[in-house]
Amino acid sequence: MWNRRQGRLRPAGCGVEELRRRRREREAALRKARREQQLVSKRLLREDALEETGGGGVATILGEAEIQQFLQLAQRGTEEKEREKALVSLRRGLQHPETQQTFIRLEGSMRTLVGLLTSNQALLQLEAARCLHELSHSEQPAVAEACLPATSYLLTYLSGHSSDFISPHMAVLEALGYALSQLLQAREAPEKIIPSVLGSTLPQHMLQLLQPGPKLSPGVAVEFAWCLHYIICSQVNNVLLITHGALSTLELLLLDLAGAVQRTEDAGLELLACPVLRGLSNLLTEAAAEDVGGQMQFGDERVVAALFILLQFFLRKQSSLLPEGLWLLNNLTANSPSFCTSLLSLDLIEPLLQLLPVSNVVGVLVLTVLCNVAEKGPAYCQQLWPGPLLHSLLDILAFSDIEVVDQSLELLQLLFLYRPEVCFLPRLPRPSCSNQGYRPWRSVRQPSSRIVCVLSRR
Amino acid sequence: MQLPPALRARLVGGPGAAEPLPVVRDPAAGRAPFRFVARKVRFPREHEFFEDGDVQRHLYLQDVLTQVAEEPQRSRVPEFTCQVAGCCQVFDTLEGYEHHYHTRHRHACSFCKRAFPSAHLLDTHILEWHDALFQILSERQDMYQCLVEGCTEKFKTSSARKDHMVRLHLYPADFWFDKPRKSRGCVRLATPGPCVPLSAEALGGGGEQSEGDAMEVCAAEDVAIPWGAPSESRAVAARMEKRTYSRRIPSTICFGQGAARGFKSTKKRDQRL
Repeated sequence: MWNRRQGRLRPAGCGVEELRRRRREREAALRKARREQQLVSKRLLREDALEETGGGGVATILGEAEIQQFLQLAQRGTEEKEREKALVSLRRGLQHPETQQTFIRLEGSMRTLVGLLTSNQALLQLEAARCLHELSHSEQPAVAEACLPATSYLLTYLSGHSSDFISPHMAVLEALGYALSQLLQAREAPEKIIPSVLGSTLPQHMLQLLQPGPKLSPGVAVEFAWCLHYIICSQVNNVLLITHGALSTLELLLLDLAGAVQRTEDAGLELLACPVLRGLSNLLTEAAAEDVGGQMQFGDERVVAALFILLQFFLRKQSSLLPEGLWLLNNLTANSPSFCTSLLSLDLIEPLLQLLPVSNVVGVLVLTVLCNVAEKGPAYCQQLWPGPLLHSLLDILAFSDIEVVDQSLELLQLLFLYRPEVCFLPRLPRPSCSNQGYRPWRSVRQPSSRIVCVLSRR
Repeated sequence: MQLPPALRARLVGGPGAAEPLPVVRDPAAGRAPFRFVARKVRFPREHEFFEDGDVQRHLYLQDVLTQVAEEPQRSRVPEFTCQVAGCCQVFDTLEGYEHHYHTRHRHACSFCKRAFPSAHLLDTHILEWHDALFQILSERQDMYQCLVEGCTEKFKTSSARKDHMVRLHLYPADFWFDKPRKSRGCVRLATPGPCVPLSAEALGGGGEQSEGDAMEVCAAEDVAIPWGAPSESRAVAARMEKRTYSRRIPSTICFGQGAARGFKSTKKRDQRL
């Protein structure tokens, strides 16, 4: 199911090197934009996309009369082609912010568009969805607000649709999910949009669309998983989501994703894995998760197995997702003796150690997870050594990154405390301090006092 | 990264937790200068931890947008007819057929052949239109349930319900659900109550115009999809002029309940009624 989707996304007629170069440029631009807090700007998506296609379709400013004309033609035209063309012209106009403003001020325009979106005719539906898609790009809050009332109505209409058919309905649902995900990223979303979304039946519908099984549509799931992530990380009312079963849905989805990796049906899978990992990790920090955590509360080992299968996949395909996967592992193991025991009994320490050299960020996270295990006492440390752990740790100490050394020393200290039999310790080289790399959750520290403490334990 | 072979088997096994090893902590563990404490971590939306994943997401969206901006290629196939009994719709694309089936046949009322977008709406329709008990009860109490799933409000009449949905759930003001037919040429029962509608499928049709695909002006309202704008019926009527009538005689047209009869001339039916 994933392979099919990915195949459609490659632009034709480009050499591989050219593609790679373009992608690197785009990536750099997006990174810069995010750091400047501009990534939510839909304009950025639009401009780049237009450049890519060579400006296919020029944004024209449409006046009130023209908009009305196109809407009427779309609604009442006699020829199907004519109606479609009217919507195409409207869509082109809606690429311009001025047209968007005029459109939303025109009485009945949104209503007509929504009516067309639920029309009997597939082609009209798609074009209407594209128009809504354009509106959802708008940076102007008034436009976003104008789109919002349509959503509960549309979901009532669309909720009955089965995904048995790979039909334009899936494309419409996907467009809807995408439009919603854009709305949820607006600056005013946590105060205005998310509370009303949570107050509606949208969350239940979203979770339903994320249920794993033969009816799960990848494109639709990706969009609604991102919607869920934006809602969760805005910290508005995650308890409500938990009572609707968000934790168990996301957990089942995680298992499903790991299954897909095993069946090597995994092209594009990282698109869905990312928001699922984020949603799970953040939800686990809620106190309510302790009570209603479903199987995760009881330390279901399958979750850990699934996560490691995904980590291996990320290492191969998308190493930038390793930190996110390890973040989930931290949140699973931090307060759970059961999950820590699973790591040991399923022989996952060695695979974890293999991730140490990937990067400083990954290294610190791996060490943090190992500390989660070690801090639980002698019974756990007995399983950590003898084994490859100590050797890997001492290798790591030769790295120059402060954070990595920092965390290694914490781990060593725990190991020596609970496993005094470890008396072998070669001479430690003095690490040189360097400020490189991104630190997930610590500030820079001098490790020298701790080296002394650790050494003195011998 | 090598994973232990037993791991894959564990994934497909049943749920189960490891019996946790005993936890025994030494207070010396957290003593300065060491400060590790096992804790869950939470990241808010704008945190830089999310940078990589967000960038990948946006790269993907840019790719999709490029694709969406292009006109889709719809592959044509040799013409074929819908296989549902009484439906003569013809298609030349697979997507068109799937869309048609989904919209017109999937949740269709077996009594009156109206098509609905979801099982929920179909169930509501059957209850309100084909259940005698409902009719009786609705005279005494509020029976018209709000159509938004999860809303428990009930109303005395269908139009009161509609008002509620427009006011509270922000539905379009011209949306309707199962509007009874008023215009000329409609089939009416001898008994009062909602009329048995003509079904678009029953009448058959050509091309991709599946809504209101019938000879009657009122047939557009037939298609009980909750928001056919009233102006659709004009569009339908206009299209009808151009149609050639080489259809099968519809088998589900009936006057009065239960009887199924066809009739010869479809064009002239308006005048006779």
